[in-house]
Amino acid sequence: MGLTGIQIYKLLPQTNCKDCGEPTCLAFAMKLAAGKADISLCPYVSEESKAKLSEATAPPIREFTIGTGDGMVKVGGETVMFRHEKTFFNPTPIAVMVKDSESDDAISAKLSKISSICFERVGKKLCVDMVFAKNEADGAKFMALLDKVAATNKPFVIASDNLETLKQAAEKYKDKKPMLYAATLANADAIAEIAKATGLSVVAKGNGLDEVSQVTSKLLAAGVKDIAIDSTPKNFKDALKDNVFARRASIKQKVKEVGFPTFNVISDYAKDGMMEAVIASGLIAQYAGIVVISEPDPAKILPITVSRMNVFTDPQRPMVVEQGIYPINNPDENSPVIITVNFALTYFIVSAEIEASRVPCWLMIMDTEGLSVLTAWSAGKFVADAMAIYVKKTDITQKVKHRKIIIPGYVAQLSGEFQEELGEGWEVQIGPREAADLPKFLKMWKL
Amino acid sequence: MAFKEPVEKYSNSVVEVDVSGVKVGGQSVLSGIYTFDGPVPNPPKIAMEVIDTQPEEWPQPLIDALGDVYSDPVKWALKCQNEYKADMICLSLLSADPNGMNRPADEVAKTARAVLDAINVPLIVYGCLNSEKDGEVMKAVQEACHGKVILVGPADDENYKQIGAASLGYGNKVAAQSPIDVNLAKQLNILLGNLGVPMESIIIDPTTGGLGYGIEYTFSVMQRIRLAALAQGDDKLKSPIISMIGKEAWKAREAKISASEEPSFGDLTTRGILWEAITAINLLAAGSDILVLRHPESVKLLRNILNEFFS
Ligand code: B12
Ligand code: SF4
Repeated sequence: MGLTGIQIYKLLPQTNCKDCGEPTCLAFAMKLAAGKADISLCPYVSEESKAKLSEATAPPIREFTIGTGDGMVKVGGETVMFRHEKTFFNPTPIAVMVKDSESDDAISAKLSKISSICFERVGKKLCVDMVFAKNEADGAKFMALLDKVAATNKPFVIASDNLETLKQAAEKYKDKKPMLYAATLANADAIAEIAKATGLSVVAKGNGLDEVSQVTSKLLAAGVKDIAIDSTPKNFKDALKDNVFARRASIKQKVKEVGFPTFNVISDYAKDGMMEAVIASGLIAQYAGIVVISEPDPAKILPITVSRMNVFTDPQRPMVVEQGIYPINNPDENSPVIITVNFALTYFIVSAEIEASRVPCWLMIMDTEGLSVLTAWSAGKFVADAMAIYVKKTDITQKVKHRKIIIPGYVAQLSGEFQEELGEGWEVQIGPREAADLPKFLKMWKL
Repeated sequence: MAFKEPVEKYSNSVVEVDVSGVKVGGQSVLSGIYTFDGPVPNPPKIAMEVIDTQPEEWPQPLIDALGDVYSDPVKWALKCQNEYKADMICLSLLSADPNGMNRPADEVAKTARAVLDAINVPLIVYGCLNSEKDGEVMKAVQEACHGKVILVGPADDENYKQIGAASLGYGNKVAAQSPIDVNLAKQLNILLGNLGVPMESIIIDPTTGGLGYGIEYTFSVMQRIRLAALAQGDDKLKSPIISMIGKEAWKAREAKISASEEPSFGDLTTRGILWEAITAINLLAAGSDILVLRHPESVKLLRNILNEFFS
């Protein structure tokens, strides 16, 4: 695991032909070792070396995709224990369980909710990502369910204890790249056959991580690589333990048998929908690869997906929007001018409130390196002189006739100095503290 | 090959702080729910927040749950203790805010004493989050509450002298608040230490960002504080952690706006309770020792979680 630059160099052609863009094979090897280059850039490396290298440089947790097209999800691929070390990469997909034993009406209603629940937040879409289709009735009913599930275009999991049914379903839907649930100690060899014939990913299921490791060993030996692991915990306590242990073992000890995204069927043990939502969020923050819950309820999906978004944002780079003047609701030369910071969350909240107010406005976004209003103020970035310099640099005076500018209520204290810095003719107006009160404020605003 | 459980135990531990008989800290593991790594002698606690004046413009789910008591801090505290089984009560003296009602320090201190006398679980008293005023208020509160040990805060880099000095006089515990930064948290503990406040009397308040509004920063700073304490043995970061969750969670638009105004968001009560409970489960996992919550239903959800680990 983790080859050094020299070890990698020995696997390269050592001709220094420069086609990879590096001056020497050694330089290229160093870049590979640091994870800053891809082996495919060298056209001359042998297949054998390539295989060795890709094995050695593969992330400790297997990364693969489920589904096709727009809805396709990527799972695994994580490389650290703590998000402050680097970042977590692939947001945990949220799957909702649908069973063939439910009535046709219930199934249709559930699927239509699954398709429609989608929120936009800070420029990202937060949706139900997958469907977990569970076989409890007979094969024909299950196939009918899968037909409906496949029509949603969401990636899905085919879950059946009946090997024949699973095989039939895998054959039929393999082009949609669903996932198979589940391989156990008893059927691992047969499931491996199906997975290899169809090219589908598989969940390895067992009682605890020890049994799971035995199942994945069998699958790996049979040549199946795209695996998720379900240790079938009985409660949150055990689920937490298994998620933490699987992550530690794979990242710190390179234990191949558990180097896979975890698969968490929370609906199997959570007491009710509220507990499901809390447990799902807890596990997402604690290394869950995929979570399955039972209800497509927007009031639950919203907090779960926002929580997931927070866990998976890159701690090194706050999300920002570009500095500039944003017209909202078709403003003209008499419309109010508002100034705030370029933290994406702030922009998202403030612009949404302005839009909702229907009042035409010019929103001036100043580059504060992605800091929020008070943070930027404390850091000396959203302060009177810097703001005045920014305002004067723009062509806002060509966009409006008036010279009034609204500042966030939380920085009311800088209004006097800001007005002074802007100079003769300007009037700085103090807005409300919370953006939620902006619509009322804007509706009352007069030139 | 059998799977070997990669248990992680540290030789350092979080300092145990005793607030009037209820202890927090003492563990040598990263989170109070990492019982698989080693013993957690004192389970994380759930405190319920009581505000000293009837809150204005409260989200409907909170009014529905607490509207019958929210104009009377003593009744409110008793309800949290008796009906919702809060481990502690956290009284927020918001009415002292100079930009709000601006009640004088001795007046709000009387409320603190009244609540203290009424309840038998430990009391946390938090100020109005104006540093200067809180320095004054917490002095008066500690005077008024003499005779029983309370946890007071938040002490920050401006008012720590006043709050810390008074805490020494009365043997109280101090919540030291710094803005989401490992070094600032350490610095404040050093300053309090220089005053003579022992580590056994300090709890870190790393500043809580609510779900969707900065929680990711708080989450990581808490993990870094714990790693510094346990893995690196940094003596000045070994404090237990308190998280002011309710206050931040219920500020979010998503926890306030009704389903009729935002139909795609679904039922407000469900959403609001989860906004708070999900903020809490994240911070519990990150190492929080005291979760300060507002809604009885989120208290119930977190109690269910904790019961799995400690029953
Ligand atoms: C997350 C956070 C951080 C993150 C940064 C997050 C970011 N991208 O900005 C980190 C950890 C990096 C950080 C650092 C610091 N922080 Co900080 N941080 C916070 C925290 C928890 C949340 C901030 C946030 O994301 N808010 C959400 C956004 C959306 O809010 P917002 O931009 O203000 O927008 C709202 C309103 O202002 C309004 N609005 C916005 N624009 C406009 C415009 C108009 C016209 C109107 C009407 C309204 C309006 O709408 C929004 C919603 O209502 C707050 C405390 C808290 N719980 O609020 C402290 C806080 C802001 N931080 C604080 C401080 C002091 C700091 C530091 C200076 C600490 C230090 N000494 O190192 C540093 C400075 C950073 C630096 N040097 O780089 C203090 C500020 C104190 C003060 N009152 O001035 C706070 C309040 C914490 C505290 N209580 O001490 N922080
Ligand atoms: S392309 Fe391959 S052979 Fe040529 S210099 Fe780069 S590493 Fe060496």
